[in-house]
Amino acid sequence: MDVAGPYDRARALNAFKFGDNVFYWATRLSAISVLLILSGIILSLIAGAWPAMREYGFAFLWTRRWAPEADPPVLGAVGPIYGTLLTSLIAMAIAIPVGLGIAVFLTELCPQWLRRPIGIAIELLAGIPSIIYGMWGFFVLGPFLADTFQPFMIRMCAGVPVLGTIFAGPPSYLSLFNASLILAIMVLPFITAISVDVFKTVPPVLKEAAYGIGCTTWEVVRNVVIPYTRVGVIGGIMLALGRALGETMAVTFIIGNAFRISGSIFAPGTTISAAIASEFAESAGLHQSGLMLLGLLLFVLTFFVLAGARLMLLRLEQKAGN
Amino acid sequence: MNPIYIKRRRRDMTVRFLCLAAAIFGVAWLAMILFTLFYNGLAGLNFEIFTRNTPPPGSTHGGLLNAIVGSLIMTVIGVGIGAPLGMLAGTYLAEYGKHDRLSPVIRFINDILLSAPSIIIGLFIYGAVVVPMRGFSAIAGGLALAVIVIPVVLRTAEDMLRLVPNPLREAASALGLPRSLVIRKIAYRSARAGLITGVLLATARVAGETAPLLFTALSNQFFSLDLTRSIANLPVTINNFVQSPYPYWKQLAWSGALLITLTVLALNVGARMIGAERKSK
Repeated sequence: MDVAGPYDRARALNAFKFGDNVFYWATRLSAISVLLILSGIILSLIAGAWPAMREYGFAFLWTRRWAPEADPPVLGAVGPIYGTLLTSLIAMAIAIPVGLGIAVFLTELCPQWLRRPIGIAIELLAGIPSIIYGMWGFFVLGPFLADTFQPFMIRMCAGVPVLGTIFAGPPSYLSLFNASLILAIMVLPFITAISVDVFKTVPPVLKEAAYGIGCTTWEVVRNVVIPYTRVGVIGGIMLALGRALGETMAVTFIIGNAFRISGSIFAPGTTISAAIASEFAESAGLHQSGLMLLGLLLFVLTFFVLAGARLMLLRLEQKAGN
Repeated sequence: MNPIYIKRRRRDMTVRFLCLAAAIFGVAWLAMILFTLFYNGLAGLNFEIFTRNTPPPGSTHGGLLNAIVGSLIMTVIGVGIGAPLGMLAGTYLAEYGKHDRLSPVIRFINDILLSAPSIIIGLFIYGAVVVPMRGFSAIAGGLALAVIVIPVVLRTAEDMLRLVPNPLREAASALGLPRSLVIRKIAYRSARAGLITGVLLATARVAGETAPLLFTALSNQFFSLDLTRSIANLPVTINNFVQSPYPYWKQLAWSGALLITLTVLALNVGARMIGAERKSK
């Protein structure tokens, strides 16, 4: 035992050192693989989109026609880009007030025992797969809106200058507006979850002081909570916007996949992701390359929105850290 | 009473009411979607779903066996590749990478990949795997899911490892344990609940993913265990069946949708329960 001791010890230490190194490099390479995935995404999108980039150049961005069957195919991104931006915009217009409202309800108004159930319900809303939203929008929400809300708005706004165009008929199961509403429901949990998180970072002393001088709940939220957490709330909103821009299955079901641009939000349209989802599997050659180019545009767009969101949230974290 | 005071109070009541309405609005959607799923899906939920393959058009006998098996296979591939990679990468960021200038960059990029559109990941795998392999395959589908799993697991693994108190690590190091064993035997063990939560959440996320499978795994009418060929899977089968004119296919689609949703929600609730257990300890 005494004789074998030092020898075994050296060997054991070497084994440890070797294991240590292997583990270190395994973790390090895994971490670097994240960067490889990002560059892989960018490179493969550019490689796939290259033929379309060479063929159409920047004209791709302002060509309205989308005719992959024509000879030679004419491809323009205006329709999908318009649909993507418009649906996301309407979705955010609905989801921001509602999401913030729920966050205020959960942090300021709700009785303690109800907080957890409602919080969980809202978070489960985020867990439902997007194809389920699509089916539900197609079979339940679409017919409901086409029978009630849409005819009502069309009748109300008929003849009014601008509104008349925005809410022009006929009612439709498949429309930009239906897609926007579904998108709003889907991103709602993201806005609520992040807002609740950042609302909780407000020091209770600040709120108590405001309540102490006689502020109402609304005044506390408006003048203390929101200003204190503004950056974080905006970050959460941009994160939700990033989601809305790239959401695919739900939108594909209910937007109608029409490449024309119509002033009415009750008309069918398409988005970048819906166009890719519905056409990519059956496409080839220049058509496929054009869809790749659309994908690249979408990725660049969401990348900047999400990067902006993260920078804002980071800023808030640093503030909380200080 | 003071008119300004009445005005302020009225405005406060209005906002309180609107917030309550918003909360009801949010919860109502969940209730309505679940109700529709149960209403349409429960009728077709029987034993045959798990024992028979998807029927040909027009037939009224069949189940979703091949789709369920295909989904399981691809989820296992996705989580099997993505979870270890994400876990190791999270370990690096939390344990080793404190002074590495690359760490903040990796963290930032990971946060972006976390919310990147899943259809873009489908395009990426199509270009990187499907084209070189000359065909749609279960492997491509599984890899697409792995790319979605990695950021989720990385993020939770890093967060959970950061919660492990440093004195635990110092005590282990003082006993002479090398760094890698400190991490594996001490840090992993005390963060175990959190790490499992992360993997469960990632599984829930990919179980219902449809967009990245549309042109990586495609779908298949038949039972197949061949990883190099296109494979049936629940989400794409639902997508194809629900838009078909055949009532039996539609029924199967709704039952499949109910199945997926229940699985995903159960995984979510399970992850939350494990996470909560940890906190209460």
